[in-house]
Amino acid sequence: MSKRCTLFFIIALFILMAIFAAGMVQAWTGDASPANPGGADSAIPWWGWPLILLVVTFFMGILAVLGGVGGAVLYTPIIGGFFPFGMDFVRGAGLFVALAGSLAAGPGLLKKGLADLRLAMPVALIASTTAVMGAMVGLALSDAIINTAMGIAILAIVVIMFLAKKSEYPEVGKADALSSALRINGVYHEPSSGKDIDWKIHRTIHGLILFVGIGFMAGMFGLGAGWANVPVLNLVMGAPLKVSVATSKFLLATTDTSAAWMYLNAGAVIPMIVVPSIIGIMMGSLVGVKILAKSKPSAVRAVVLTMLVFAGVRALLKGTGIWK
Amino acid sequence: MEGKAEATQTATPGASPEQKRYGAVLDVAMKVGLLVLLITFVLYLIGAPKPHVPVGDVSANWSLKVDKYLEVTQIEKGWSWAKNLGKSDFLTFAPIAFLASVTVICYLTILPIFIKRKDFIYTGLVLAEVLVLVLAASGVLPSGGH
Repeated sequence: MSKRCTLFFIIALFILMAIFAAGMVQAWTGDASPANPGGADSAIPWWGWPLILLVVTFFMGILAVLGGVGGAVLYTPIIGGFFPFGMDFVRGAGLFVALAGSLAAGPGLLKKGLADLRLAMPVALIASTTAVMGAMVGLALSDAIINTAMGIAILAIVVIMFLAKKSEYPEVGKADALSSALRINGVYHEPSSGKDIDWKIHRTIHGLILFVGIGFMAGMFGLGAGWANVPVLNLVMGAPLKVSVATSKFLLATTDTSAAWMYLNAGAVIPMIVVPSIIGIMMGSLVGVKILAKSKPSAVRAVVLTMLVFAGVRALLKGTGIWK
Repeated sequence: MEGKAEATQTATPGASPEQKRYGAVLDVAMKVGLLVLLITFVLYLIGAPKPHVPVGDVSANWSLKVDKYLEVTQIEKGWSWAKNLGKSDFLTFAPIAFLASVTVICYLTILPIFIKRKDFIYTGLVLAEVLVLVLAASGVLPSGGH
C-alpha cells in the first residue's frame, strides 16, 4: 500500500474516532437523542449517519473507479434515496464530491499531458455557465419534482452508458474551423504502444451545444458530469479515449465549481454531510485504483449499472410518492 | 469509427507551459484546502470553538428543505459564515469555500501567460470563466426561494 493510501486511512480513522468521541461526549452530557436523533424519522443517533456515510462512500469510491464513472453520479441518487438528508444538501454534497475528486486528479493529469487545457477551457466555460442556471432551477424546485426528474435522468444515463461505444482513437479526417482557430490539438505518449499519439478534434460546435445540457443537468441534479463528458469528447468531438477521460475528470472542477458556489450561497452545504463524503469517496478511489488491474471490468460495469438502475427507480418512486 | 493512431515525428508530447503552471498551482492549493478542511472538521466535531449549531442539532434538521433548515437554525444565506469564523461550524466553511475557489486561482495564474503571448482568444476565455465563477460565488444570483 502506498504512503498516500496509508495516510488517507490514518486520516479517516482519526475522523471516525473524532465522530465517535463527539457522539459519546454528547451522550454522556445528555445532549444526545431523543432530542437529537439522526433525522426526522431516524432511530439512529446523529453520529451514526456520518459514519455510515463514510463507509458507504468508501465502497462507492471503489466502484466508481472500477466502473469508470465519477463518484457523484452514484452518490447523489443513492445517498438521496437511502439517507435521511434533504435533497438540497445531498445535491450540494454531490457537487463537492465531484469537485474534490477532480481537484485531486487534476495535477497529475495535466502534468502528464493527458488532460488538455485547450480542449477543456471552451467546454468548461459553456458547462459552468449553464450549471449555474441548472443550480438556480434545481434549488427552486420541490424535492418531489427533483427526485422524479432525477430518476428519469439516471435511467437515461444507464441507457447511454449501456449503449455508448468507446473509440480509443476516433478517426478525425480534418479538424473543423473552430477547433483550428482555438488550436485544440495535441500529442500524448501512449506507453502501451510506445508511440506518440497526435490528435485533433472535429464537430466542435455540436460538442459545445451538448455541453449546454450537460452543465445544466450537473447543476440541477448535483450529478457531476463525467458520465456525459466522456462520450461527447470521445464520440462526438473525436478526442482519443484517454484524453477524453482525463479532460473530463479535469473539467469537472470548473463545471461543478460554479454550481457548488450556488449551493453554498443558498446554504445547502452541511459540513457533517460533505466532509465524510469527500473523505470516503477519495479513500475508496485510492483503493479502487489499487485493485483496478485485478478486477473484471464487465462484472464491475454490470454492478454499477445495476446500482444506477436501482437508484434511478428509487428516486422516481420517491418523487412520485409511491415509495417514500 | 475506430481509426488508426497517428505516430508523429515532429510534435512532442507533454504539457504546455500554461498547463504545467495550472497543474502546479492546483496541486498545492488542493492539498492545502483538503488539509485545512480535515483540521477544521475535527475542531468542529470536538466543539472547539463552540459551533453556532451544535452537531447534534444539525442532524435533527438535515432532512428539511434548505430554506426551512436555515430558518430553524437561524443561519443566513450567502457569505454570512465569513463574519462568524469564531464558531467552529462556520470555520469549516472557510476551506470548503477555498476548495470552490481553487479553479479561479488557477485560471488567474495562467492569465499572464496568454496575455504575454498575445493570445487574445484564450485571454478572453480565461476572463469569461473567471467572471462566471466570481458571479456564482458572489451570491448576487438568486438561489432557491421555494
